[in-house]
Amino acid sequence: MTEIALLVQGLLDGSIYALIAVGLTLVYGLLRILHVAHAGLFTLGGYVGVVVTNQTGSFVLALLAAMIVAGVAGMIIYRLVYQPILHLPPYVALIASIGLFIAMQEGFRFYDEQGVSYVAAPLQGTVAFAGQNLQVAKIVTFFGAIILIGGLGFMAARTRTGVAWRATVTKPKMAESFGINIVQVRYLNFFIGSALAAVAGVMVSLTTNLVEPTSGDVWSYKALAIIVLGGLGSMRGTLIACFALGVIEAFGTTSFLGAIMNRDAIAFAFLVVVLMIRPQGLFVRT
Amino acid sequence: MESLLNAYDMSLIRTAAIMVVMALSLNMITGFCGQISLGHAAFMGIGAYTSVKFSINGIDFALGTLAGMALAGLLGLIVGLTSLRVRHDFLAITTMGIVFLFSGIVEQSRYLGDTDGLSGYPHPAYDDFTYMMLTILLAIGVVALSVYIKRSWMGAAFKSIGDDEDTARLLGINVPLYKLSAFVLGTALAGLAGSLYAHQTTIIQAENFGFIESITVLSMVVFGGVGSITGVVIAAVVLTLLPLWSQAIGDYKLLFYGGLLFLMMRFAPYGLAGLAQRARLLLTRRAGTAQ
Repeated sequence: MTEIALLVQGLLDGSIYALIAVGLTLVYGLLRILHVAHAGLFTLGGYVGVVVTNQTGSFVLALLAAMIVAGVAGMIIYRLVYQPILHLPPYVALIASIGLFIAMQEGFRFYDEQGVSYVAAPLQGTVAFAGQNLQVAKIVTFFGAIILIGGLGFMAARTRTGVAWRATVTKPKMAESFGINIVQVRYLNFFIGSALAAVAGVMVSLTTNLVEPTSGDVWSYKALAIIVLGGLGSMRGTLIACFALGVIEAFGTTSFLGAIMNRDAIAFAFLVVVLMIRPQGLFVRT
Repeated sequence: MESLLNAYDMSLIRTAAIMVVMALSLNMITGFCGQISLGHAAFMGIGAYTSVKFSINGIDFALGTLAGMALAGLLGLIVGLTSLRVRHDFLAITTMGIVFLFSGIVEQSRYLGDTDGLSGYPHPAYDDFTYMMLTILLAIGVVALSVYIKRSWMGAAFKSIGDDEDTARLLGINVPLYKLSAFVLGTALAGLAGSLYAHQTTIIQAENFGFIESITVLSMVVFGGVGSITGVVIAAVVLTLLPLWSQAIGDYKLLFYGGLLFLMMRFAPYGLAGLAQRARLLLTRRAGTAQ
């Protein structure tokens, strides 16, 4: 493959990371929690996407349903899991989150151990570009991610809700004294982040045509690595880290590294190396 | 005594003893020294693979085990070095990465049997009973070592680092030295557990030492009460045997572990040891009001 082809592949994968990692960064920025169970919402989104598409025949409806179901599930997770333990040391929430994630995986296994597939998966064509065939689903994901994340950025920068949100992230107590309902901000935060993860889950299910209980694992572990790389809580750093990781994986697997370690190991090797040089991540939260 | 136990009972006891070693080894790092590790199973894997490779080449089990411990400890030292650079959440994710590095490298290596794993390797010439006694003795040894360390100057230094690293440094405690010691000790003991594990089963694969396994060990430490030796030993035994004894729990082992981990953090974040302490407080208070 040419360098350009690898670069494009990397950027396309990077956009999926971005959809997952934005939610994680939002949660971290607001609550200082590594939200491992986010992976479960990604998988939940995939399940809802496949099942609703198969039932109704409408992919758009399925995507919306996945976003709403995962978004509401995210809010419930905040209310039942995180809110009661926010005052405890951070590892408590981390471990609770891992426990919840494992339990969710088993929950999916109850539902359908073999995983679910589309009867007639949409967006299955390919487009020839720079000497390779790109999946249409991946291209749609890329532009979809840019629109969704761009929209989110616009909302954060220009609307009253966005201002309240940013104020809560920077100075929660101060924001509260100015009459911002910070609990409402947290719910919104979980809803949006989880809905984006669901979009990623649905789009990945299109490229693999399979959602199984463990579908979300590797994507989400890497998304955790990404938000750490990006400096934990820095949105700009996270987005840059997403695309950087996508590109590094694409190049890494075809280089000499691909012979001694698999793709996931390359991603984590990159993480470890970067953290050794810059322990605070690529970008420091401002 | 030998006639009282059948082969299955002995394998249960061995597994429990090995998990006690494993849980106590993580307890040194996470419990005593306060450094969270989400990748501890990788070191068990390093011990297991090293020991098996030695056995395949006809080298004695004891020597293979020592080599496994040494290699696990050496790599633990390297991971420990990262703990000098990154803290808290950064460290949690870095150690999680170690698991994926381990399995990613093993599964690409023909020498280590890639995804098929290693199997059909020779075992040491012990009978089941002797091997069980060996694992029990080693588990007792690790308990004793844990108690010794906890009570020593080193244990006090570990605790001060776990409580507040910056204050510990201010008090003149050599923080890097003690952190590295905790990592080397803990990972070398995980290597020991790995070697023992490899020789009580017939096949080892990278997935036996993955993220879920790491979390299982962490759940033992958390369930027992981070840093408490008695609590962790009880938790390791109970959490190993429950899924094996009860078919219902065995089938949904991960649901059980996940749910337990979650409920424990949600309602009793300081584990069995925390519950015991709360009960003790309650009793003494009762006794106080009665007088």
